[in-house]
Amino acid sequence: MQAACWMGRQEVEVRDIPEPQILNSRDVIVRVSSTAICGSDLHLFNGYVPTMKKGDVLGHEFMGEIVETGSAVKNLKTGDRVVVPFTIACGMCWSCEQGLTSMCENSNPSGTAQERLWGHSASGAFGYSHLTGGFQGAQAEYVRVPFADFGALKVDQSVPDEQVLFLGDIFPTGYMAAEFCDIKPGQVIAVWGCGPVGQFAIRSAFLLGAERVIAIDRFDYRLEMARAAGAETIDYEEEDGHLEVLKEKTGGRGPDACIDAVGMEAHSEGLQFAYDRVKQAMRLEGDRPIALREAIMACRNGGIVSVVGVYGGLIDKFPMGTLMNRGLTIRTGQTPVHRYMRPLLDRIQNGEIDPSVVITHRLPLADAAHGYKIFLHKEDRCEKVVLKA
Amino acid sequence: MKVSKAITVGRPPSEVYAFWRDFENLPRFMYHLEFVENLGSGRSHWVTRAPAGRSVEWDAEIVDDEPGRRIAWRTAGADDDVTHSGSVSFVPAPGNRGTEVHVELTYDPPGGKLGAMVAKLFGEEPNQQVADDLRRFKQVMEVGEVVRSEASPEGAGQGIMRQEANQPSAIDARA
Repeated sequence: MQAACWMGRQEVEVRDIPEPQILNSRDVIVRVSSTAICGSDLHLFNGYVPTMKKGDVLGHEFMGEIVETGSAVKNLKTGDRVVVPFTIACGMCWSCEQGLTSMCENSNPSGTAQERLWGHSASGAFGYSHLTGGFQGAQAEYVRVPFADFGALKVDQSVPDEQVLFLGDIFPTGYMAAEFCDIKPGQVIAVWGCGPVGQFAIRSAFLLGAERVIAIDRFDYRLEMARAAGAETIDYEEEDGHLEVLKEKTGGRGPDACIDAVGMEAHSEGLQFAYDRVKQAMRLEGDRPIALREAIMACRNGGIVSVVGVYGGLIDKFPMGTLMNRGLTIRTGQTPVHRYMRPLLDRIQNGEIDPSVVITHRLPLADAAHGYKIFLHKEDRCEKVVLKA
Repeated sequence: MKVSKAITVGRPPSEVYAFWRDFENLPRFMYHLEFVENLGSGRSHWVTRAPAGRSVEWDAEIVDDEPGRRIAWRTAGADDDVTHSGSVSFVPAPGNRGTEVHVELTYDPPGGKLGAMVAKLFGEEPNQQVADDLRRFKQVMEVGEVVRSEASPEGAGQGIMRQEANQPSAIDARA
């Protein structure tokens, strides 16, 4: 079968590889109908996530049709159409019982290595380095889905792929970012990053009752997409001192909550970016936490900083003083997608949101390398690439 | 050489104890074991997978057995390749979270060629090996089997450095 393989830093190649097989009794094999390139795939593409191996199949956002089921799978059958969470979860451990499926205690065969790095281990995930277990990624014609009887969400044949594909990651992730903010009537939410997750965070903040959303980015077409959802926008490359602008826009108080939908490869103007970029290149600092620092500095007293941008390791110059003295709360996590899929499917079917608005490019799987390139360099107004397997 | 490690398993102590007490179950999650044979009256024969098709073997006898709470054993054969003792305690976890499994192992590796083989067998980092054993034990108790991935088809313990790319195997897994 064809699969998009990571062949080294900024190198993706569609290669012919063996088809997946059932390895555990609760597995199913899915023939992928649609799969997407996620912003977090760019961290792998750029080589910022350790433990990638040449030939690793990428991809963790996907849906398709079941073509084979493991012996213990009773609630799904061949021919079912499913959307699958990017995090793999057993549904039976303590974390899964608490709804923390992205921290499943059983789904990551590399858990011992993660424990060394992070103190405790998190769940397995599709195609996301060997630290999350070395599971085959989903930018392929077929993929094995472990614990499918707990994770895979059946969807009606009548719903188009593009309406439900993003239930597997970016819609729940953007929604969780907004949910973290505990939004009350009259509140103002700021969102760093107008990539696909930022767009879902903006829309979710309004769904959850935000009075105003202020979105920050540097690409005009992404800011346009944010405005289309009702957000006010700040172009941080246009404005001189965009944090001051944000402060003025919020009457000197600061936003009630700030969402970091950027993560470890932030950009900015000036010295701070140079400092983090150089340290990251020299492997002295794992992540470039520029958006995170700004979100903390900007947030109103006693407010919430919601972090869904991906971080992997250590950061420098973390503004602990302002966090402590102004009583801020940080909420963060890889999304426990399992608990969001059904309620968000309801919101889609009720017409409250159209997830397909973020899609700018539809390409055949064979053109995956081109998809990565335009998404990374923001060429051709690229916001979200969907690959058709 | 002493190793101790703990893990919480979401099953009641009686059940976790019973599974462990049947030593013939141990190779399901302790991958360095080839098999354990129950010899009766608290004695058992342990055979490990050693490099180059050889095996390291010993007899063990149970020295403490408190149903639902604790098992302790030590090597007791005349021809044992390694002197070894171990204990495992099963403590109810707070908040109805199942059982805390506390493992303590002591190895006394012999010298010479056999010593080198034993060292290789138990890994350069015995702590990591026990951690992976307990991770697989928890999987077996909670989900009924060891969890496999394309890059770790045998499950936890296949160190990241030794893994291949996450592509499916060309060989039929059922063969």
